[in-house]
Amino acid sequence: MEPGGPERVTIIDYGLGNLFSLQRALAHLGVPGEVTEDPGKIRDAVRLILPGVGAFGDGMQQLRARGLVAPLLEAASRACPLLGICLGMQLLFTESEEFGRHEGLDLIRGRVRRLHPQRPDGRRVKVPHVGWSALRLPPGRSDWSGASLRRHQPGEAMYFVHSYVPCPESESVVTAVMEYGGRAYCAVVESGSLLGVQFHPEKSGEPGLRLLKQFVERPHLERIGIQ
Amino acid sequence: MSVRIIPRLDIKGPHLVKGVHLEGLRILGLPELFAERYYQDGADELIYLDQVASLYGRNHLAEIVSRAAERIFIPLTVGGGVRSVQDIQALLRAGADKIAINTAAISRPELIREGSRAFGSQCIVLYVEAKQRAPGSYECLTDNARERTGLDVFEWVQRAAELGAGEILLTSVDREGTGKGYDLELVSRVAGLVDIPVIASGGAGDVAHVQQVIDEGCADAVCAASLFHYALTDEMAGALQPERFTEGNVEFLKRALPLTSLGRRHINPIRIPALKARLWNPVAQSA
Repeated sequence: MEPGGPERVTIIDYGLGNLFSLQRALAHLGVPGEVTEDPGKIRDAVRLILPGVGAFGDGMQQLRARGLVAPLLEAASRACPLLGICLGMQLLFTESEEFGRHEGLDLIRGRVRRLHPQRPDGRRVKVPHVGWSALRLPPGRSDWSGASLRRHQPGEAMYFVHSYVPCPESESVVTAVMEYGGRAYCAVVESGSLLGVQFHPEKSGEPGLRLLKQFVERPHLERIGIQ
Repeated sequence: MSVRIIPRLDIKGPHLVKGVHLEGLRILGLPELFAERYYQDGADELIYLDQVASLYGRNHLAEIVSRAAERIFIPLTVGGGVRSVQDIQALLRAGADKIAINTAAISRPELIREGSRAFGSQCIVLYVEAKQRAPGSYECLTDNARERTGLDVFEWVQRAAELGAGEILLTSVDREGTGKGYDLELVSRVAGLVDIPVIASGGAGDVAHVQQVIDEGCADAVCAASLFHYALTDEMAGALQPERFTEGNVEFLKRALPLTSLGRRHINPIRIPALKARLWNPVAQSA
């Protein structure tokens, strides 16, 4: 690694979705991104992104089939910075109720639930949610200093495509919320070296690129186990 | 402010084109210049539709998308001539995020299921060219409104949603390019029939039309071409270089004709920031 230069980001390929956009966004930021399904490379990664679209159950099944669950948990246990995007964020949680009950990676306690199909006044809400929603401060938080959103202002919008959303057990991990159909949902979670975003930063214009930049420049909590 | 505002770029060869009822295509310029400007202006997504790919085979589309994807970091929907999962994969690799499918989905609906299984429903956009055949009755057309199918629009959108389509791009062929307003009945009926988002397309001539299709049409997203393109043609005039365009209808570029001379009397072009300001902050606008 070049001193002060961008570190390599390892993008986990588990067969779900389109990774080209993410690679392009990282290239635009001047960060080398390697797409891999090699368990060894994931275990030893310096910085990990778990992307993904599709169903929770399929996602876990694909991670298991490729032998990637243990390397991922190992990387997380040595505090390797890990960014989960969309389904990749949801997989960080304990379990999901999408098409039955499925166990997740359980790195963050909580359950993934379906977006509510009605507004509080009873009007229908379209699910999936496809579109831009503003990030807001969750109750009890006055700013984003010290968080991965430190370079963002409340009200900046990001691009979402999802039918499900995580509901963490502890509100303290929620960095940002967004509103859809008149209800507030978790949009960004942070816990130790883990960062999860329900939106697609690689498709959210300049604010999304700014978040990716913040992630790739984020210092490690620990250096244990990193060559 | 969750309704998406989406410029639509109709592509023919290397050019950005615009017609009326999807016919009489006129060259407006280089798609990358328009796309870049829309991105800077805060477009929520971009839609690229190749107007001739179904007839003559793919040419410049993948290249145009690939150049755009290196600089533009919002969702890109791409369609025109997509026939197989391999075609979908090729356009995704080029930089598309969503693939719009019309003709091939009608001839083989399983393509919707195959595409959504392989890449996720969010990736597969059903593109519908709807032509009114009687009051309250609409037929799907294919191949840029050149071919009839006899297929009922309302039945087809429900079937496609069941097969796994993630969104519907609904174009009124009757209104397309006219600036006479969206077909509110068409849009509101489709929006009421399916749970997936409906992108209204065809007929936007001014801000009021966009407001109407959001309020009365219940559109989840709004697509427009002339409304945005013609707001940029003056700015782009210097960069257009009509001599670079060796074929096609370049009269508009060469002569810098006013809109009114070409039957576009109904179009009051507007830039995206101004449109958004008037849609989301009407009070601030009138103050």
